Amino acid sequence: MDIRKVKKLIELLQESGIAEIEIREGEESVRISRYGSDKSLAAARTERTANDADAAKPSRLSQPEDKTGPRGHIVTAPMVGLFYRSSSPETPPFVTMGQRVQLGDVLCIIEAMKVMNQIEADKAGVVKAALVESGQPVEYGQPLFVIE
Amino acid sequence: MLDKVVIANRGEIALRILRACRELGIKTVAVHSEADRDLKHVRLADESVCIGPAASVDSYLNIPAVISAAEVTDAVAIHPGYGFLSENADFAERIEQSGFIFIGPRPETIRLMGDKASAIRAMKKSGVPCVPGSEGVLGSDDDENLRVAREIGYPVIIKAVAGGGGRGMRVVHGEAALRNAIALNRSEAKSAFANDAVYLEKFLETPRHIEFQVLADSYGNVIHLGERDCSTQRRHQKILEEAPAPGISTALREEIGERCVRACRNIDYRGVGTIEFLYQQGEFYFIEMNTRLQVEHPVTEVVTGIDMVKQQLHIAHGEPLAYRQQDVTIRGHAVECRINAEDPDTFMPSPGTIILYHPPGGPGIRVDTHIYEGYQVPPYYDSLIGKLIAHGESREIAFARMINALTEIVIDGIKTNIPLHREMFNDSAFRAGGIDIHYLEKKMGLV
Repeated sequence: MDIRKVKKLIELLQESGIAEIEIREGEESVRISRYGSDKSLAAARTERTANDADAAKPSRLSQPEDKTGPRGHIVTAPMVGLFYRSSSPETPPFVTMGQRVQLGDVLCIIEAMKVMNQIEADKAGVVKAALVESGQPVEYGQPLFVIE
Repeated sequence: MLDKVVIANRGEIALRILRACRELGIKTVAVHSEADRDLKHVRLADESVCIGPAASVDSYLNIPAVISAAEVTDAVAIHPGYGFLSENADFAERIEQSGFIFIGPRPETIRLMGDKASAIRAMKKSGVPCVPGSEGVLGSDDDENLRVAREIGYPVIIKAVAGGGGRGMRVVHGEAALRNAIALNRSEAKSAFANDAVYLEKFLETPRHIEFQVLADSYGNVIHLGERDCSTQRRHQKILEEAPAPGISTALREEIGERCVRACRNIDYRGVGTIEFLYQQGEFYFIEMNTRLQVEHPVTEVVTGIDMVKQQLHIAHGEPLAYRQQDVTIRGHAVECRINAEDPDTFMPSPGTIILYHPPGGPGIRVDTHIYEGYQVPPYYDSLIGKLIAHGESREIAFARMINALTEIVIDGIKTNIPLHREMFNDSAFRAGGIDIHYLEKKMGLV
């Protein structure tokens, strides 16, 4: 994007009562906002489309937090590895939704360094939700199940 | 080139490694503790994996967690940085057994140089000068130990075989104190390193710390990149480093450099490494070898123009060295200040939020840091938050640039040792060059 164009836009913003202006030109866009009395010069940013690798945000292994978060006790992953709901593709899952579990019951497996680690419930209750799909990688602290 | 690398470290060095990977088109995976979610390199990496709680032992030192993270991200290699697991031969071995590339030397080399006594033997065999010493671990015969110490000549220093980096050492000035000192050292070593083997060395009273940088590929090609003077130390921790070492002639550099290269060839070294010496009255004495990248690598990088982290990646990828010894030239002079989050007078760590950060700039200034405004320096790890490097055509110009940079830099919200650095550059003995490793502590009245 031409810097002179951007400068012109900034001047436009300053002279007028406009708070924010955004212009899209093909794959490029510029948004200029006024941030209040502290800043006399508005900040100009050039945004590129999501195809541009540089602008891509890092992908986190864990799922983003849900605004309407699950209630109840959340069982989190005590280690990094691959999460499995059952001990093998043929066998049924260790727990199903609505199933009552005792303290110490096996909920799932996390595979790390070729070792299948059984993850136990750290609270008794009813399994309300499984937050990760079988076969997905999980990181330390990632929410796995909700037990109420 | 390697497809994807796990960066098994944190802070400034993790960012350094990330930058080198990006330059080479290598995908990056940042493994981090819960306390380090907002590290700059974690935000910039292609992928990130939380591997444990804040405590290092459960995260950065957790071998299964690091390897598991490499598995789930389909990484190809693991870069250990410095500290943490970088010199852990078991870690290197398990990584290789799990089918990954460890970016560093072979596990057996790490093991050989990690044991200080076997390292000395290996260096001696290759004609590297060593400190006069007990030539092996001390036995349980007190009279024999007394005899050995008498032969070496007091003062002597007792060192733990499994120690290093200043840990597990004790100076003895006279015969009367030797037996108890050995016993004390043994029990301390046992609890700190699970190995109570100790050895004796002559204690040099006014040595300088001068180390040589080596670079080796998997095909027996080895070169050295000159030396660094790291004599400004407090409690065996380096604070300030420079390259080249003042007063070392080209001839002496070439001679010692060649011996280091020969030694590395003999032990089948691979990757980057540093051979550390004490230098006193024109003589070099080997003390230990660090089989990893060092904190102060930037001063060598700026005077040679060789990017050592990229070289590590090329070497790990199985490429032959891109440089021959005659391609290496030392241009100008460089100095580095380690910036720690600590009280400049009491040296107490100073974690907290950085509310204002203004980096210095201009020709010959390089800043290696992960900090940013709003970043919270956590209390769980060491206090190094950045390195300020100045390079110039001469030592005077490098120093002038560093002094400028130290007046420009602003880090508010936490305490730092920047005032200490400003004082050092005002110190006439330091400016003249050639201070020994006890100088700083004497200057601060600690000894």
